[in-house]
Amino acid sequence: MRQPLLALLAKEPAHGYELKLALEQIFGEAYPSPNIGQIYVTLKRLEQDGLVRSEDVEQTTRPNKRVYELTPAGRDALRAWVGEPSDGPRVRDEFFVKLILAPMAGLADRMELMNSQRRHYMGIMRSLTELQADADPADVPARLLIEGAILHLQADLDWLERCQEELV
Amino acid sequence: MNRRAPKDLPRPPAETSALLRTSKLVKVYRADGVTVEAVRGVDIEVAIGEFVAIMGPSGSGKSTLLHVLGGLEPATSGEIWLRGQRVDGLSTAAWAILRRQHIGFVFQFFNLLSNMTVADNVELPALLAGMTPRQARKRREELLAELGIADKAGAAPARLSGGEQQRVALARALANEPSVLLADEPTGNLDSTNTRDVLRLLRRAHAGGQAIVMVTHDARVASLADRVINLYDGMVADDAPIVPIPRRLNGVADVVELRG
Repeated sequence: MRQPLLALLAKEPAHGYELKLALEQIFGEAYPSPNIGQIYVTLKRLEQDGLVRSEDVEQTTRPNKRVYELTPAGRDALRAWVGEPSDGPRVRDEFFVKLILAPMAGLADRMELMNSQRRHYMGIMRSLTELQADADPADVPARLLIEGAILHLQADLDWLERCQEELV
Repeated sequence: MNRRAPKDLPRPPAETSALLRTSKLVKVYRADGVTVEAVRGVDIEVAIGEFVAIMGPSGSGKSTLLHVLGGLEPATSGEIWLRGQRVDGLSTAAWAILRRQHIGFVFQFFNLLSNMTVADNVELPALLAGMTPRQARKRREELLAELGIADKAGAAPARLSGGEQQRVALARALANEPSVLLADEPTGNLDSTNTRDVLRLLRRAHAGGQAIVMVTHDARVASLADRVINLYDGMVADDAPIVPIPRRLNGVADVVELRG
C-alpha cells in the first residue's frame, strides 16, 4: 500500500479519500478495494517516515481536510522502488517440499500428490477462465492481471508435468 | 456451473448414461520390426452431454486414443461402445457411416475442403447424414450465424483467417448434430484471441447439450470441461471432475493477489 500511495502523490497532492477513488479507478477490479482506514494509517506512517507531509485545508461548509504531498525524500524512495526489478514468481515451494519429502517418509505416493495438485490447479484455472469470460472488456488492468495469473498457472502445470516425467 | 443432479434424484446406472465407453482399449503400432504401445489398456466413459478433456504430455497417447475412438484408426484390442452399440470391430465402411451420423471431428489444422465454399464444407456432412438439401442449408445458416461467420458462406476456406477456418471446421463438425464431438487440439494452431472465440463456441455447444471429447495440452482450454482425464504413458493416470475454486466477494482481486 505504501508505494502505490507515494506514486499517486507524485502526480499531485491529494487527500485520503481521493487516493482511494484514484486506486479504484485506475485498477478497476484488479486491486482489492482499499479500506479508507488503512489508507489513513499508511499516510500517517509515511508522514512519520518523512516521505510525505500534510496540511489542513479549510473548507467553508465541511470539516477541514488533510491534503498530503510528496517530500523530496518520498520522491527518492519512490524512484528507488520503481527502478528496482521486482522478484520473479517463486515455484510453489510448499508443494515441492511435500513432493520430495512426503514419499521419503512413506506418507504419500508421488503420483497421487501430483494428481491432487493438478486437480487443484485445474479448479483455479476454471475460476480464472470464468472470470476472464465475465471481465469487463474496458477494464484493461483486470484483464491483464487475469491473463497473467492464467499464464503463471499454465507454467505451474507444465512444471508438474516435468516433475512427473522425472520422478515417477 | 454446478452440474450435479439434485440429491433426491437417483443417478441413472452407468450403463444407461454412458454415451461412449471403452474397456481395456489397446493400440499398438508395428512398423519395420519396431513396436510402439501408444494406448495400453484404457477404460474411460463419457456420459450423454458430458464434456471431457484428455490431457497428458506429448507421446502419452492422447491423440491416438481420440483417433481410435472415432474409428480413424483401428483398435488393436479391447472394446469401444458408442450409444450402447459395440463398434470396435466395425469395418472401415461401417465406421464411415457411423461417423457421418454420430461423430463430429475437429482437428488442429482445420482440414477443410479447399475446392469447396465455406457453405458447402458445412452442408456436406449434413447431407451425408441424411438431411434434405433444404434442411442442410438451414442447419448451415444457423451454425454460421451462431459462429459469427454468416458473411463468409460463399468464400473459399483459404481466404479466411486461421480463427475463421477453425470456426468453419467447428460448424462442419456440428452440422450432422453428432452424438459426440471429438476435438484434437482445436486451438493448437490459434492465437489467443481466436482461442478465446473457439472456447466460447465450445462452451456454448456444451451448454446446448453437446457431448465433447477434446484432446488438448492447453489447461485454459481444458478448464471448460466437466472432467479431465490425464494420460501418461498410454494409460489413465488420473480421471477427475473439475471443481472450481469458490469465488469470493471481491472477484478478480481475490483470485489474483496484487502485491505492492
